[in-house]
Amino acid sequence: MDSRQKKINNLKDYKYGFSTDIENIQAPKGLNEDVIKFISNIKKEPEWMLKFRLKAFERFKVLKEPDWQKPKFPKIDYQDIYYYSAPKSMKDKPKSLDELDPKLLETYKKLGIPLQEQARLNGIAVDAVFDSVSVATTFKDELTKQGIIFCPISEAIQNHPELVKKYLGSVIPTSDHFFATLNSAVFTDGSFVYIPEGVRCPMELSTYFRINASNTGQFERTLIIADKGSYVSYLEGCTAPMRDENQLHAANVELVALDDAEIKYSTVQNWYPGDKDGKGGIYNFVTKRGLCKGKNSKISWTQVETGSAITWKYPSCILKGDNSVGEFYSIAITNNHQKADTGTKMIHLGKNTKSKIISKGISAGSSDMTYRGLVDISSKAKNSTNYTQCDSLLMGNKCGAHTVPYIKNKNSESNIAHEATTSKISEEQLHYCQQRGLNAEEAVGLIVNGFCKEVLQQLPMEFAVEAQKLVGISLEGSVG
Amino acid sequence: MKEQLQKDFENIIRNLNLSQKDIEIKKFCLSNFMNKGFPNKKEEDWKFSDLNQIIKKNIGELSFYSDYSSTNKVDTSVFVDGLEHNKIVFINDRIEKIDFDYEKKDQIEIIDQSETINKFDNNNSLSDLNNAFNNKSFKILVKKGYQLAKPLIIYHTTNSKIWSKNINLRLDFELDKDSSLKVIDLFKDTSEKNFLNIFYNFDLKENAVLKNYKVDRFENKNIKYFFNNIEQDKNSISETFILSSGSNFIKNEINCDLKGEYSSAFVNGIFSLKNDKHHEIRTTINHLTENTKSYQLIKSVLEESSKAVYQGKIFVNSKAQKTDGYQLSKAILLNKEAEFNAKPELEIYADDVKCSHGSASGSLNEESIFYLMTRGLSHQQSRELLINGFLLDVVEKITDSEIKNLIKNMIGIKE
Repeated sequence: MDSRQKKINNLKDYKYGFSTDIENIQAPKGLNEDVIKFISNIKKEPEWMLKFRLKAFERFKVLKEPDWQKPKFPKIDYQDIYYYSAPKSMKDKPKSLDELDPKLLETYKKLGIPLQEQARLNGIAVDAVFDSVSVATTFKDELTKQGIIFCPISEAIQNHPELVKKYLGSVIPTSDHFFATLNSAVFTDGSFVYIPEGVRCPMELSTYFRINASNTGQFERTLIIADKGSYVSYLEGCTAPMRDENQLHAANVELVALDDAEIKYSTVQNWYPGDKDGKGGIYNFVTKRGLCKGKNSKISWTQVETGSAITWKYPSCILKGDNSVGEFYSIAITNNHQKADTGTKMIHLGKNTKSKIISKGISAGSSDMTYRGLVDISSKAKNSTNYTQCDSLLMGNKCGAHTVPYIKNKNSESNIAHEATTSKISEEQLHYCQQRGLNAEEAVGLIVNGFCKEVLQQLPMEFAVEAQKLVGISLEGSVG
Repeated sequence: MKEQLQKDFENIIRNLNLSQKDIEIKKFCLSNFMNKGFPNKKEEDWKFSDLNQIIKKNIGELSFYSDYSSTNKVDTSVFVDGLEHNKIVFINDRIEKIDFDYEKKDQIEIIDQSETINKFDNNNSLSDLNNAFNNKSFKILVKKGYQLAKPLIIYHTTNSKIWSKNINLRLDFELDKDSSLKVIDLFKDTSEKNFLNIFYNFDLKENAVLKNYKVDRFENKNIKYFFNNIEQDKNSISETFILSSGSNFIKNEINCDLKGEYSSAFVNGIFSLKNDKHHEIRTTINHLTENTKSYQLIKSVLEESSKAVYQGKIFVNSKAQKTDGYQLSKAILLNKEAEFNAKPELEIYADDVKCSHGSASGSLNEESIFYLMTRGLSHQQSRELLINGFLLDVVEKITDSEIKNLIKNMIGIKE
């Protein structure tokens, strides 16, 4: 192969976000300082970034894996993981849709996902005509015009070190809990968003439009900063099922909202949940935390969690600025042997802060679901309010639904209200729907969608339609 | 503390006439306790109340031995007037008096339990402490079909003879088929800085009815832990009322197993706290079979820098279809320094159930005060009226009208 040909090949691969330079490069198995230096080196990171990682690693060494969660899992050997491996080249990936699991294709069809997107999701080379990269570049231009920075975090470390330095680790410090420190030490890539003062981001930002977005792997790190008076809506994930070989996912997401800024973060998580007998599947242990730093700021989390063998996460809001608002809307669905322990933390520090929690949990099959949440109103958070509602729906007597709220009120001028219910789909409702010509499965889908409506409404339009279908699909096989 | 424990334990063994087997059991419990120590906030159940710290801060070093042979004179002035009742009188750690004057003698059996243990469904170290140092315990058996004519009042009194001491009390009750019993626990302390560790075990057979009222209203500087274990058979009913107010620290814990169909459990509680008192109620209601019911209502009024904690758990196993479980906690914080923590928990494995909980905390409604003031009441009067009504709600849940009136008088609630 002559050098020209090589160059062309390189470019060809690069179009999908990976440079051939790093192809097939793998850090040695295990976790130690050398591996962290290796990652930092390969990313050409500045000195301070390496220090950040090593500091986190120092802390990680003394921490123990937590064990208070409801879903138990076999011990993870952290020395048996590759902490850095270059993304797979096209060669190892399925060449056409025909090679995919027919079950997966069926789901795609039901969700109404276009063909080229199906291919993209599975890493199949997409014909240039449908190439999403070109779409992405047009969007990028528009963003740049407004001064919005939206790029992989590794790029931001190179190009905007002042911002990254200031905010990275300001919400999830290197001294945080086990999985968060692990991420701080070894994260490989993720998104970085900066919205300048007074700018309202003209579109929903989505990982979909970011080059190099997929395959960022197990230890993703996202940092979103909304400067004074700005607004951004960020979408993470995808309604289509994602195949992935990595079992442990320990991502960190940090949000910072300054004065009068608003961040809306929506997630649809549909990782591989394991098979019907509960074999395999992803462990989704994500740390998501938002800091309402400025006055009148607002952070809103919306999540639809249908995938993963174990979902264990608590997207949180620290309401530091006066009059700041935190919201959490969640739907979590578990089927077969899936397990979820999810909820939120609302920490009220500033005056007149408000938070709202709406959580809907649905468990079917032999699955197990826990809502665990904390509302903490500190003594300085005068005149704050919280409203929490968590409802659970059970299907069958092999599954479990649990609610574990922690409520702390240290301020007499603040109000907290909490409600929770657990019930099943009533026979009458089912009967009524079936009488109108729906089959049992459709009827359940309809009722469950009604149950979740409050949360689905919070999702951006296009997403909401797909998410609605997803809710129905996730519960397939749970009736009758 | 370990040396003290060992020394006091040897004293106990020497003075009590125990069988070899009992000594072994006591030793086992002691070593369990020595390993674990007092519960601290690292344990989930003690997250909001770190007993180890509380004892350290309020008492310091405890001693565990008291001489069971020295008797005390019963002070009749503590007895409740205007209500005919049977009595059990504890003074410090001694039972000084048991009388069932108003009952048929052959229908109640009082069994002196020399052997110590039956296991509690409670994995905290305090049950081990209780087993190791408990001097003497009785079992009260209410025979088949007998319904006590008068309530039983258990006086928990302490006097200034004890100081920095740990006291362990234990009573067992068995309510045979179709029987019923009303128990009122009254605390009256003239001692200071002691740790009382009390365990009750109730065994309710078919159709039995238990009503238990725990009243802690007199100001005192003691620290208390009071555990109720209730086992319920078919159609049985248990009603527990807790007034939590006087002690420096008290944790009332209730574990209720609804094992028989159509059994039901009711827990109602009031926290009325001042100064820097720190009280807790923790309940675990286990719905283990079909068609069982539980209802809980806890209300708090917190003044100054007091702190109340409510941890309530409803557990429903996969067999317990048609469970009805309800839990509500409400708190009024009257001062900036006051604090209310709640952990209302549901753990459910059956689908055909109706379970819900609610929790609310906040300040007195200014609009309601305004309304009352427009009707000519002073600010203070309006406040009192509102708090009165808030708490009356719980007292009204008491199903025995005589006792309801007694308790209303005790807390000075007017209708």
